[in-house]
Amino acid sequence: MKSIKKIDTEIDEIDRRIVFATQKGIPLVERPFDAIAKQVGITANEIKYRLEVMLDNGIIRRIGAVPNHYHLGYVANGMSVWDVDDDAVDEFGEIIGTLDYVSHCYKRPRHLPVWPYNLFAMIHAKTRAEVEEKAAAIATILEGVCRNHEILYSTRILKKTGLRLFNTPK
Amino acid sequence: MSKPAEYDVLDRQIINALHGGFPIVDEPYVEIASWFNIGSQELIERLDNLLKSGALTRFGPLFNSQRMGGEVTLAALCVPEHRYDEIAEIVNSYRQVAHNYQREHAFNMWFVICTEVPGEIKKVIQAIEDETGLKVYDCPKEREYFIGLRLQA
Repeated sequence: MKSIKKIDTEIDEIDRRIVFATQKGIPLVERPFDAIAKQVGITANEIKYRLEVMLDNGIIRRIGAVPNHYHLGYVANGMSVWDVDDDAVDEFGEIIGTLDYVSHCYKRPRHLPVWPYNLFAMIHAKTRAEVEEKAAAIATILEGVCRNHEILYSTRILKKTGLRLFNTPK
Repeated sequence: MSKPAEYDVLDRQIINALHGGFPIVDEPYVEIASWFNIGSQELIERLDNLLKSGALTRFGPLFNSQRMGGEVTLAALCVPEHRYDEIAEIVNSYRQVAHNYQREHAFNMWFVICTEVPGEIKKVIQAIEDETGLKVYDCPKEREYFIGLRLQA
């Protein structure tokens, strides 16, 4: 099925239709790709092939369950932010990204003087005390290359939507 | 924040096993159900319940929107307490705002802006600044070291 593997990573109009048809999820029916195919207007085999290609080239990160960590008991969500030396941030960002309690790890721009932090690591745990422990572990890793850090706890979800495409493709 | 609900051992095993690797075959639920020695109907019902109860936010593909020509950024506002709800309403009214979280900090509102067309983020930020009179701190990712969630259900 992958013999005519696409080289480019751009998505075309049919891919966009597939994205639109699946952004709310894979249908919970015995033959979900048939259901998607019907909606998109191509065969189930082509749907499957195109999903494989998009997985291969990273347009789809993964296909699976997206848990709501609050419902799983991980109610303490701390966005830890770190002021790390510019020439060390890549090396240490990679290390912190491997920690299993860090769900997102990014380098972002500072906004001096009010916002000196350039490394963001989202920490998930069941209690704030646990978040503090994990942040302390990160602080140890960053010793010598980090000046300061803070943890921003979320207190309310104001909006959450997974939708990416807003209009039905032409 | 809503209170965590209760799930049985099998629910948790299903969530953990289905982090990725959804089989791209004609009858994927039959294949997955066989891992747990249950029928595909029971699996489908359990997934349906996990979605309805909110244990799962979604079940399906996770797209990298930037690879589809879109742009994404994380932005922050320092909102005066007495204007918080008013500002939240304004920010949330933009369809390009996908997530918005209140956080305990002077930078107390953090939201993700996703757009389909390059250049649109700047316009959304400008519009929010005009409408709120507040400065939007744009924090686009410069490097991604990791994205995922490896927590055990």
